[in-house]
Amino acid sequence: MTQKRFSALPGFGLTMGFTLFYLSALVLIPFAALVIRACEISWADFWRLATSDRALASYRVTFGASLVAAVANAAFGTLLSWVLVRYEFLGRRWIDAMIDFPFALPTAVAGLTLASLFAPNGWLGRFLVPLGVEGAYTWLGIVIALIFVGLPFVVRTLQPVLQNLEREVEEVAATLGAGRLRTFVKVVAPSLAPSVLTGFALAFARAIGEYGSIVFISGNKQFKTEIAPYLIYIRLEEWDYTGAVALAVVLLVFSFLLLGAINLLEQWSSHFEH
Amino acid sequence: MATTLTSRRTAAHQKSERGTEESPVIKWSLIVLALAFCAIFLLLPLANVFVQALSKGWDFYWASLTHEDSWAAIRLTLIVAAIAVPLNVLFGLAAAWAIAKFKFRGKSILITLIDLPFSVSPVVAGLMFVVLFGLQGFFGPWLDAHNIKIIFAVPGIVLATVFITFPFVARELIPVMQATGTEQEQAALTLGASGWQTFWHVTLPSVKWGLLYGIILCNARAMGEFGAVSVVSGHITGHTDTMPLRVDKLYNQYDTAGAFAVASLLALLALFTLAIKTFLEWKQSHAFAKAQQELAPAAAERDARLWKADNETIRIYKEKGHG
Repeated sequence: MTQKRFSALPGFGLTMGFTLFYLSALVLIPFAALVIRACEISWADFWRLATSDRALASYRVTFGASLVAAVANAAFGTLLSWVLVRYEFLGRRWIDAMIDFPFALPTAVAGLTLASLFAPNGWLGRFLVPLGVEGAYTWLGIVIALIFVGLPFVVRTLQPVLQNLEREVEEVAATLGAGRLRTFVKVVAPSLAPSVLTGFALAFARAIGEYGSIVFISGNKQFKTEIAPYLIYIRLEEWDYTGAVALAVVLLVFSFLLLGAINLLEQWSSHFEH
Repeated sequence: MATTLTSRRTAAHQKSERGTEESPVIKWSLIVLALAFCAIFLLLPLANVFVQALSKGWDFYWASLTHEDSWAAIRLTLIVAAIAVPLNVLFGLAAAWAIAKFKFRGKSILITLIDLPFSVSPVVAGLMFVVLFGLQGFFGPWLDAHNIKIIFAVPGIVLATVFITFPFVARELIPVMQATGTEQEQAALTLGASGWQTFWHVTLPSVKWGLLYGIILCNARAMGEFGAVSVVSGHITGHTDTMPLRVDKLYNQYDTAGAFAVASLLALLALFTLAIKTFLEWKQSHAFAKAQQELAPAAAERDARLWKADNETIRIYKEKGHG
């Protein structure tokens, strides 16, 4: 059989063959089908479909809400990981375990319960709506859903880095007369920045493609709270495959650009860890 | 060696904490802010699911769950997971074996391709299968002529679910298998074990926790997937509605308590997943700490070499070690 000269273990041919077959059948061929379909569209048609007023409005909603949510996640994620790593308090372990809850909860359930919480008669809505904060069926609702979905990314990227941070360095800064705030800004923050940025990018990338949680809470109003993935769904319902594919290509291109950026960021932050 | 290093570092930590602590006021404000955030974004949504589900009483709750169509949705979800998860486990084991135990060109490209489904929007993932098998798709006319239904039927739902959950098991197993190295397998083979025996008795036991971790995450996503499944399902009540789709349908029919009743089962699944995940991480961090204490210097040296060689593994272990 195919025995590689650098490893005496058997089974390379079998496992590699199966891996490539399975990968091709379930990921690469469907992917190629989409790309081929996209290539069949003429440039003029593509441009018209991908930049229609409704499409442009949906990109604005998707990218705008994702950006705001990712910024919020970066801020609260940093706070949460700081508190979880540096402080000891009752229930810390429970909170730590709960951070992954948004990963485990099906997105449809997340959207459903958040919409109900922020609705005018919901637990939070009954206090917030009179104050003018409408979280259900609005743009803000999309941001709320995306904050929930993206919550674990920054925390889980930052936690290990924060744990391995040498506290001696902070001590040196303190000995040299720096205040706590100054130490944080000048000494701690720079070494956390790459990881916060990585977590931010991961949350942002996830938010761009998110669908399940948003459709429940956004109200899906054209030009106002309609996200790009939902518009793809609508195009399919209208049997407009070409329109759906054109929008999907825009989303995919953006996802891959972001993926490339994340890889660069991870390389950068791994430099920092040494 | 490792032990002295650790104890020296902990002592240093304890000493240095004096000059590097925030004032109690700031410390407790940060804690309260963090707790408030967790309460609003984690605890309230979770509690709300169960309170809303039971808002019309236990009888209504039970009736919603045992409704014929909800029952069909539960069954379909279980069937889809029962097909998708084992397939991805088989793939994960094969891919991890090939990637972790052998050297070959293009390995990083292969890993990137395995991760590909994670960076695709679920709706776009569903669209891929519609383009492939839908009526206007590449194989649509042929399938229609042979009366095979994939889109708007169970096979499409399974395909979309497999795609979405594709990387979970492989991604957990690759770093674990890389960390265990090949020495043990080589020893087993030298002593006369067959390839399969080596795999079953040496490799599989050493990666069992990582494998279970991957399975748990894969299963949670498989049962909870909404976007991709929604695109290919066709929403035929009683036939192609999975549990998340059933939640959506009930919600759109203004049966909110019914929607929450079905959703509460999915929330329980999430809690169960979280519990197993936490347990596995705890187990791993204990095993890790124990191994560090017991390691002979030579083994520690080999370990350090292994870890240095594989940056990804280090990162994963750090995450899990302290999780």
